[in-house]
Amino acid sequence: MLITKRKPIDEIAGFLSGESSVFLLGCDGCAAASGTGGEPELLTLQSELEDRGIAIAGRKVIDFLCEKALIRSGLRPYSGLLAEADSVIVSTCGIGIQATATVVELPVHPACDTVSLGGVRGEWQGEERCQECGQCFLEYTSGVCPMTACAKQLVNGPCGGSKDGRCEVEPDVRRCAWEVIYERLQRQGRLDLLRSTPLQIKDHAQMRPPVELRGTKRWAIDLAAAKEEVS
Amino acid sequence: MKLVDLFSQGKFVITSEVAPPKGTDLTEMIESAEGLRSRVDAVNITDQQSSVMRLGSLVASQQLKDRGIEPVFQLTCRDRNRIALQSDLLSACAAGIENVLCLTGDHVCLGDTPGAKPVFDLDSVSLLAAAQKLNGGVDIEGNELAGSANLCLGAVVTPDADTVETQLIKMGRKVEAGATFFQTQAIFDAETFATFMEQAKAFGVPVMAGIILLKSAGMANFMNANIAGVHVPQPLIDEMAATPKGERRAKGVDIAARIVRDVKDVCQGIHIMALGWEKEVPAILDGAGL
Repeated sequence: MLITKRKPIDEIAGFLSGESSVFLLGCDGCAAASGTGGEPELLTLQSELEDRGIAIAGRKVIDFLCEKALIRSGLRPYSGLLAEADSVIVSTCGIGIQATATVVELPVHPACDTVSLGGVRGEWQGEERCQECGQCFLEYTSGVCPMTACAKQLVNGPCGGSKDGRCEVEPDVRRCAWEVIYERLQRQGRLDLLRSTPLQIKDHAQMRPPVELRGTKRWAIDLAAAKEEVS
Repeated sequence: MKLVDLFSQGKFVITSEVAPPKGTDLTEMIESAEGLRSRVDAVNITDQQSSVMRLGSLVASQQLKDRGIEPVFQLTCRDRNRIALQSDLLSACAAGIENVLCLTGDHVCLGDTPGAKPVFDLDSVSLLAAAQKLNGGVDIEGNELAGSANLCLGAVVTPDADTVETQLIKMGRKVEAGATFFQTQAIFDAETFATFMEQAKAFGVPVMAGIILLKSAGMANFMNANIAGVHVPQPLIDEMAATPKGERRAKGVDIAARIVRDVKDVCQGIHIMALGWEKEVPAILDGAGL
């Protein structure tokens, strides 16, 4: 289970420079239970973006975005709408954002920060990992997580340690994450992002789970149910 | 003495480096540095290079400073969080150290303590930014300091990397963050380096070409296979291989001097990494006409 919180709309809108039409993607798993990735939340996001003059090419909620096969099959009927979009805004955890960025050719923007849940993890089958760092960097890294895919968790570019595109840590099994980021941005014609991204400094305080999430509940579904019982 | 002042005087700046001991006996390190004193502008002190636990670079830098040898204090992000990094930079100022080289650092898995926690709280770019703030009288959080730092900030770049464009992009970020000079990873091919410099000169920051003293063909092959961003061309390896054992030292010096001669007109200085053969640095400089 991964708890997410929606980024402020100004931050999300700030990601869309030069874009006029976006596709919204939600997740009916943890993100829906977190109140960030279900249909109602996508509708809210849609109206906030439309208020700012951004057109919505389409909208889809998929169960579960951590599974790339489900993303592929879920998006298949939407290929026409995706073709009209400049990018995809993904409202879910870091894993779902990474998995989407791997599957779609379009640039992918995160709508959420993923917050620590004290080590309780979601389930996924791919290689994407989320550190639950609470300050999603995926916007600046073409959907490749520097916190988990880079052995040194570097957020301002590659170190000098990659050889033939392989990481100095476990070169047999690890590519240099920043090589992957570079390649993907180059393919999307977005290399300037590497130059224009502001200096990134990790805020480890964001990794602490919010007080209301600490301690007792393993599943946000339980949390949601508990909230309903109380109200 | 800040390296940046030498560059602004138009001087071709020469540095070399020594490594602190694994232990407390500084005799050998100081002897190596003493041998360099009359020929170089400053001596880098490596920070637990290759992630091998050693005596610290801060105290070792101070030892050189106290002897009148200008140190370049190397500081990596591998072993300290941002509190310790900033603290060491302030301590360096108190010790009279004026030049610091800010690096990300090798991963701990490459060294002799692979189970250590790799810290990397900051990276080379954010470390430079933090140091720049200390120079401006505040810490990374913006809290005021009683007495600013006054450090000349350097950084590294790899001209012969797999993807040179990513290196150039990161170099630009380092300049923005406060780097005022660069020392490069070892270069062996003057043409590759000249191409790199064509692009790097746009940053307007002095670059010192990194020179490694080749000791044998085996060492060259090892570096090609294992050291990121280092490519020794085959003709140089063949040249070393064809040299009888007793003459290899002189051959290595000869090759290093040749590379320096070939690159010195396109850069603003050189940084010689002799890897234990510091005694040969004067011969390299003689051979290069410096």
